[in-house]
Amino acid sequence: MKSFTQVTGIAAPMDRANVDTDMIIPKNFLKSIKRTGFGKNLFDELRYLDEGLPDQDCSGRPLNEDFPLNFPRYQGAKVLLSRENFGCGSSREHAPWALDDYGFRAVIAPSFADIFFNNSFKNGLLPIILDAEIVEQLFQEMYAREGYELSIDLATQSVSTPSGESFSFEVDEFRKHCLLNGLDDIGLTLQEADAIRSYEAQRKQQAPWLFGAIQPE
Amino acid sequence: MAGKTLYDKLWDAHLVKERDDGSALIYIDRHIIHEVTTPQAFEGLRIAGRKPWRVDSILATPDHNVPTTSNERASGVEGIEDPVSKIQVQTLDNNCDEFGIVEFKINDARQGIVHVIGPETGACLPGMTVVCGDSHTATNGALGALAHGIGTSEVEHVMATQCLVAKKMKNLLIKVDGQLGEGVTPKDVVLAIIAEIGTAGGTGFAMEFGGQVFRDMSIEGRMTVCNMAIEAGARAGMVAVDQTTIDYVKGRTYAPTDDQWDAAVANWRELVSDDDATFDKVVEIDGSSIKPQVSWGTSPEMVLPVDALVPDPAKEADPVKKSGIERALNYMGLAAGQKITDISVDRVFIGSCTNSRIEDVRAAAEVAKGRQVAGSVIEAMVVPGSGQVKAQAEAEGLDKILTEAGFQWREPGCSMCLAMNADKLGNGEHCASTSNRNFEGRQGYGGRTHLVSPAMAAAAAIAGHFVDVRDL
Ligand code: SF4
Repeated sequence: MKSFTQVTGIAAPMDRANVDTDMIIPKNFLKSIKRTGFGKNLFDELRYLDEGLPDQDCSGRPLNEDFPLNFPRYQGAKVLLSRENFGCGSSREHAPWALDDYGFRAVIAPSFADIFFNNSFKNGLLPIILDAEIVEQLFQEMYAREGYELSIDLATQSVSTPSGESFSFEVDEFRKHCLLNGLDDIGLTLQEADAIRSYEAQRKQQAPWLFGAIQPE
Repeated sequence: MAGKTLYDKLWDAHLVKERDDGSALIYIDRHIIHEVTTPQAFEGLRIAGRKPWRVDSILATPDHNVPTTSNERASGVEGIEDPVSKIQVQTLDNNCDEFGIVEFKINDARQGIVHVIGPETGACLPGMTVVCGDSHTATNGALGALAHGIGTSEVEHVMATQCLVAKKMKNLLIKVDGQLGEGVTPKDVVLAIIAEIGTAGGTGFAMEFGGQVFRDMSIEGRMTVCNMAIEAGARAGMVAVDQTTIDYVKGRTYAPTDDQWDAAVANWRELVSDDDATFDKVVEIDGSSIKPQVSWGTSPEMVLPVDALVPDPAKEADPVKKSGIERALNYMGLAAGQKITDISVDRVFIGSCTNSRIEDVRAAAEVAKGRQVAGSVIEAMVVPGSGQVKAQAEAEGLDKILTEAGFQWREPGCSMCLAMNADKLGNGEHCASTSNRNFEGRQGYGGRTHLVSPAMAAAAAIAGHFVDVRDL
């Protein structure tokens, strides 16, 4: 798994609540059987003026000049700022893949949808929850100043602004550990294989109908 | 000691190991897979040289990409016209063949939408933990199972370890008592719940639906409700087991039989929240006050009773909400204060894992019977959720009633719920849809989705605009 330690980079806005996974990466692009290459279609329906197709070269497509990610000042952004309930909707992991592939390393919002939140950690993309008032402050500072950068340090669980102000955020210990060290969580779980087997053996005794019903014909 | 909720019981029964940091390993009984969210997981397994832990826990079917016209379906995978869709379906077939996973392939009579085939074959049972790389897995919670959607990394994790790394969620009870009015269906109930608590109302919770309305509801109706728990932010929704549940499961292909059946039933009867169980949050709604619902905006919480007016952003004080309403009205091409019943529909879609089971087809057929789809409607389609639903509907003659009324009768799949196949809305078109999401572009680029029940969708098809099905 990709690790995350610290990041300093330009912050860009996605200034609305309930940013859904269909918006982050429209279904046209879910047909890919790969994990990479989704960045050019991140927020496709907002970013471009035409309808996007899978496997298309996007360099010649008409851009929506009103969409902030197309503004020169936000090019190369690494931190995305948004509002409540970011990532709601489907379980598609293509959403964090697309954000990551575009170059984002963290998303800051007052709240996230559960599955998106979970999926992000598996891909080295850090979802950070800050109070709505703090998020509002960051939005205002970002709008006021071109080149506004945020620094995120996972070890100390802090977000720092250019003026040196710093905000702390919560993160689950296990997730933090995996992310800092880029650990493969399947490998970690397989270290518990004996516990899984003994649970399974006991379960088979108590509820045998849960095993073996589906067999190839 | 305080009693346990249904969720507490399901959690405890599947706990393999609790870790010091509060995370836990939860054993997964059933894993349903489809073509969209698994290719990268299989690839991961191959790269790491791993194999599925328990092949007999997995059931596969393609659903999102499959065409729904009988022409395009006739020659199986080879006949899929979209080359990218074809590769994805083919990849699922190859992966299942390689790892020995049972798959209902594209033209298998049992193929269908993952969340429809799980319960109907008995692959998903009460008391199970069920996962699928799809957020609507919560549908299975209608059986008293702990079911939720997972991402592709977790699909790989469950295949490799039979476990999920999880953290216990909080308990939320949605209690709807009273009696539903005529013409008010499970879909209206769940839309009304989402309107009440919002799309983030259930975030971090396991949601149990309790109260008279759910006790009186069929299992298929409970599935419609649990299906949309995710639209209220909850990863899992569930209803306690009762006699209705047990009657539903009995005799299904993968359900236990004989002695095992008796033992299973005894076990399942425990799957209710204890009387003295405590919930972290309780929301109570009066079932008798719920009317047929129609969504007007681009989030499932933007929903109103059919007799209401489209909201006016000028009346909203919260600036984030206000701009949300403005953006939604703009996208939907609606005017503030407009009557919901004045919105005309260009297409009608009856289907999806929310509403494509036999009771849904019956409800649509009942409204359609002896009537005609309005001339202004470009297309009205009914897409059964599975081959079994299709066969049952045809045996009951429902397909005839629907086609005589001017509806199209299609092959099973996700279809226009998310338009990954050829079934799409045109730019700017309004659709009365029985699916679960009205996000921008969900049913096609620039398409405008209005979420409704099957009866309301059929009624809209006939009237050419939204109408209260009770007035028809
Ligand atoms: S019917 Fe729609 S919501 Fe259900 S699984 Fe298919 S695409 Fe997803």
